Amino acid sequence: MTFAEKALARAAGRKESRAGEILIVRPAHLLTHDNTSAIIGKIARELDKYGLVSKELPVIVLDHVVPANDEKTAAGHKKVREFARRFELPHFFDLGEGICHQVVLERALALPGTVVVGSDSHTCSYGAVSCFGTGIDRTEAAALLLTGKTWLRVPESIKVELTGAFQPGVFAKDLVLTIIGQVGAEGANYLSVEFDGPAVAGLSIDERITIANMGVEMGAKAAVFPVDAAAEKFLRHAGVKKRAYQALWADPGAAYARKLSYDLSKIEPVLALPHSVDNVQPVTRHLGMKIDQCLLGTCTNGRLPDFEIAARILKGRKVHPGVRLLLLPASRTVLREAIRAGHVNALVEAGGVLLPPGCGPCLGAHQGCLAPAEKCLSASNRNFKGRMGCAAAEIVLGSPATVAAAALHGAVADPRKELAS
Amino acid sequence: MKVWKYGDDVNTDMLFPGKHTYTCATAEEIKPHLLEDLDPAFAKGVQKGDVILAGRNFGCGSSREQPVVGLAAVGVAAVVAGSFARIFYRAATNQGLLLVECPEAVAAYQEGDPVELDAAAGKVRVGGREFSFPKLPLEILAIREAGGLLPYTLAQLQKERGK
Repeated sequence: MTFAEKALARAAGRKESRAGEILIVRPAHLLTHDNTSAIIGKIARELDKYGLVSKELPVIVLDHVVPANDEKTAAGHKKVREFARRFELPHFFDLGEGICHQVVLERALALPGTVVVGSDSHTCSYGAVSCFGTGIDRTEAAALLLTGKTWLRVPESIKVELTGAFQPGVFAKDLVLTIIGQVGAEGANYLSVEFDGPAVAGLSIDERITIANMGVEMGAKAAVFPVDAAAEKFLRHAGVKKRAYQALWADPGAAYARKLSYDLSKIEPVLALPHSVDNVQPVTRHLGMKIDQCLLGTCTNGRLPDFEIAARILKGRKVHPGVRLLLLPASRTVLREAIRAGHVNALVEAGGVLLPPGCGPCLGAHQGCLAPAEKCLSASNRNFKGRMGCAAAEIVLGSPATVAAAALHGAVADPRKELAS
Repeated sequence: MKVWKYGDDVNTDMLFPGKHTYTCATAEEIKPHLLEDLDPAFAKGVQKGDVILAGRNFGCGSSREQPVVGLAAVGVAAVVAGSFARIFYRAATNQGLLLVECPEAVAAYQEGDPVELDAAAGKVRVGGREFSFPKLPLEILAIREAGGLLPYTLAQLQKERGK
């Protein structure tokens, strides 16, 4: 069996399953965020009548538009806080704790071998710690609050074998963009992507989160890594002992829809050009492309190593006067550690603008929307038309190092050169 | 009946911009913004019974229920596409919006062709040519027949808990 077949069978209380079957599964957790307000609005009467199926099930993180940008959003947040208090929810995190996916991972609410669903497409991030994380919609989240169960089709799987090690100046973001560029925006639609191979041991959990997070950009239902010493250490650090979870992984003879392999040493810095994530080209083909705004952060690339690499490039230097650099840490923990390590100071001294941990301008709701004809180089996960609030602006995606290099020059530059000097 | 034709990879930001996600929740609030960044003529011109015809990977991107709620509310009869992104597919199932995965029908379409649907028989006719699409699994049919996931869930709860 594949990982997906095993994990979904377990969540359905069965010994095995086969790709193509539809199972009724009981996820370990249900993630919702600012949209909790709309979700509970759908079932107000039923919540009074039947109550919540379990206090343990919901994980709620206010992150999408925080602090609130207007009265309507503020009223939504208030409703969510009241809901959390009313049902004494143990896993409610108010604004400032961070982006929902980072919070779930830091608090070890996504455990190996479990299924976690979320009313957010980047729920696939939890595959970094071998959890079958997958996105659902608001109505389904509402039904789950009442019943604790939903249907999932067991997906076929793609196996991606990773070998080698990155050259200096090349990062996990460059790898996952390269993969998406090759398989296409729907190359893994309905599929579970299993990353494996000797190079996995050399990838930090932070790097695995970046890769798993982008799984949905190729259509994947889940994007997962095996549990190894690094994952066990990450979970131990989050307060979870090894006996608290039972990891799963694919059998050697599992059947795959497709097998791919990548040598990390052959990957080079890349960009995803407007307006689709699979429009991937080498950075070197676009040197000098003028950039108006740089966004470092988000659930894709807002962790400590991302701030560290940007600080290495920008420390003691100045952000180019033609560009605005926005800094968006993925969580309070990341922010605290980045302050302690001096990265925040280096980036703010260089001219960066620090935003509160949250989703910020990534979805175009506030804190850095673009103007017509502007171009943003972003470490986030989507460059769709209109994504940052303006349909006449352009978004280019790249690694945090590529973002920092562009902030320095006001234009696309090769991050390898900045790190060599 | 009008056919609205679009290309591949129509994402949910095009169907309903992210900047409106926390200010619009009801169908009436959603309607004026439908397909805002893809086709500004759509929200003004769409009528009950219209069909959307699109390429592959329709509805990719963010989990965003509003476009589905909006399309169902304005009475779009179906979205016929080469393929659908999975979260959008679930959202449509949950709202009772008919999605037809039929790349052959999309490829056969020529400007001005009428598009007719027979969901029960799993048939779509485009400009006089008929194509079949796979019947839905029982689990999904049950949700559709109940009128969407919430009515389905509430009926089940009532049965189980008898309140």
